Amino acid sequence: MKGSRWRLPLRYGVLAYLALLVVVPVGAVFYHAFSPGLGKAWDAFTTPDGLHALVLTLLVVAVAVPLNTVFGVGVSLILARQRFPGAWLLDALIDIPLAVSPVIIGLSLILVYGHTGWWGNWLAARGITVIFSVPGIIMASAAVSLPYVVREVLPVLQEIGTEQEQAARTLGAGPITVFRRITLPSIRRGLAYGVTLTTARVLGEFGAVSVVSGAIAGKTQTYTIFISQSIDNLEPQAAYVGAVVLCLAALIVLSLLTLTDRNRDAWHGKVAT
Amino acid sequence: MSSTGVVVDDLGLPGSGNAPADHRPGRGHRRRRPPSVPPPALAAAGRVVSRAGGPALAVTYLSLLVLLPLAAVVAKAFSGGWSTFWAEVTNPVAVSALELTLVLSAIVAVVNSIAGLAISWVLVRDDFPGKSLVSAVIDLPFALPTVVAGLTLLTLYGVNSPLHVDLAGTRLGVAAALLFVTLPFCVRSVQPVLAELDAETEDAAASLGATRRQVLFRVILPSVLPSVLAGAGLAFARAVGEFGSIALISGNLPFKTEVASSYIFGLAQSDDFTGASAVSVVLVSIALVVLLVIGWFRRRFDIPDTI
Repeated sequence: MKGSRWRLPLRYGVLAYLALLVVVPVGAVFYHAFSPGLGKAWDAFTTPDGLHALVLTLLVVAVAVPLNTVFGVGVSLILARQRFPGAWLLDALIDIPLAVSPVIIGLSLILVYGHTGWWGNWLAARGITVIFSVPGIIMASAAVSLPYVVREVLPVLQEIGTEQEQAARTLGAGPITVFRRITLPSIRRGLAYGVTLTTARVLGEFGAVSVVSGAIAGKTQTYTIFISQSIDNLEPQAAYVGAVVLCLAALIVLSLLTLTDRNRDAWHGKVAT
Repeated sequence: MSSTGVVVDDLGLPGSGNAPADHRPGRGHRRRRPPSVPPPALAAAGRVVSRAGGPALAVTYLSLLVLLPLAAVVAKAFSGGWSTFWAEVTNPVAVSALELTLVLSAIVAVVNSIAGLAISWVLVRDDFPGKSLVSAVIDLPFALPTVVAGLTLLTLYGVNSPLHVDLAGTRLGVAAALLFVTLPFCVRSVQPVLAELDAETEDAAASLGATRRQVLFRVILPSVLPSVLAGAGLAFARAVGEFGSIALISGNLPFKTEVASSYIFGLAQSDDFTGASAVSVVLVSIALVVLLVIGWFRRRFDIPDTI
């Protein structure tokens, strides 16, 4: 259809669809956040509940992302380098959080760690509160973002093989040196991509977290819950400013992804391998 | 050493230089390894993890966060027996929520597949200033938190819509949210295949006298159809479980705009865990079936896994 009469209508049709579905709505949020003036926007940003929610979200990121990074790299190494019975099952089970609604992930955690859950009495007897508390929020965030690092690192490990590692080993390098000097540099881009995706997911998680958090303002309210509740409490300004903060985070994530993008090479290069 | 190590040992070829197990290169034969000897050359890094009981640790982490809790959902769903499960699932509100979820997800998958094909076409075959910006816009729904996605749509298509299009509390509003979040799946699965498509085949068809319409319907569409369907499947699976982007715009009106995940959320909030679990089991089963079909489809038609 090169140079066909459909080319321009198709182009503008596509641009209009994207504008109405994505660009204009996102732009409208920015407009609403700043239209009352920068001072008002700053006031809405610095409410105690809002700041507390932001700090809590950053705390959750600081715990859940490293956990999932260590898990992701470890599992990738195991799946790529070892044969053991049930490896295929482990490989398949890791993807489950992608297939399950986040609300159900939250519900499932309540059923084990909640006060009426399987381990509720055991935990209560030790004075540990998981659900409606910060540990539950961290667990929910870690659960939904669990597959990303594995999905990015495992294919790279499988592709690079073990020749270089073997060579390093025969030259006398210890296992930690081999990992640090050979394995880690080769998976660096995939790892960066996976960690960025994990961070984005944890920052923006809502469904799973809102089931387990209890959403107590100034206590167990994450930033996404704060935004949603600001709308419910008819404080749209706070919600818009919060949304702008997360939008900016998303834009940072997008640029990081573009910087470390190995998929884009695949999209434009060889594909049907 | 765990049983895992034993399995790997059994696969090792004694004496070969690159034996995958307890053989250091050049040392030759199988011998009992004292604990202080460094692990063998092959899979050195992997072995370090396995020494610490790697697989066991990984399975434990996965179990604590995902497997055990989901088992609890299944157990809870059937805790009152089959009849209770059936009663919960066939409760009119639940049926209506499940129906709405499936029908809307299917419609959204179809609409975005067509839009995705058109967008991929423009991204691959067309050229205009700012095209890379369009490409970035497509990834935005991936990176944007779902609540923010919901809020953006509510701002433009809510009660105070500047366009005077009020979709709040309507099924169309829910559909708009689903279109937003599933857009990247539908573009990113088609685009690479379209980019790979050989222009020579099209030229050959054209030189043999095929009209543009014939080239489109006989050459191009058949080649991209499997990837369009794979994208539609991913979009459907995502839409079925979607919650955050819908929560603000739908208003959660039973029988009207309440989708399955919102229904489950409501039940969980009111401590009706049996009902929530029963509907969850249905929803997860549907999503798993769809994803299994996509996996089979990918292998069958050799579709790249780009998402």
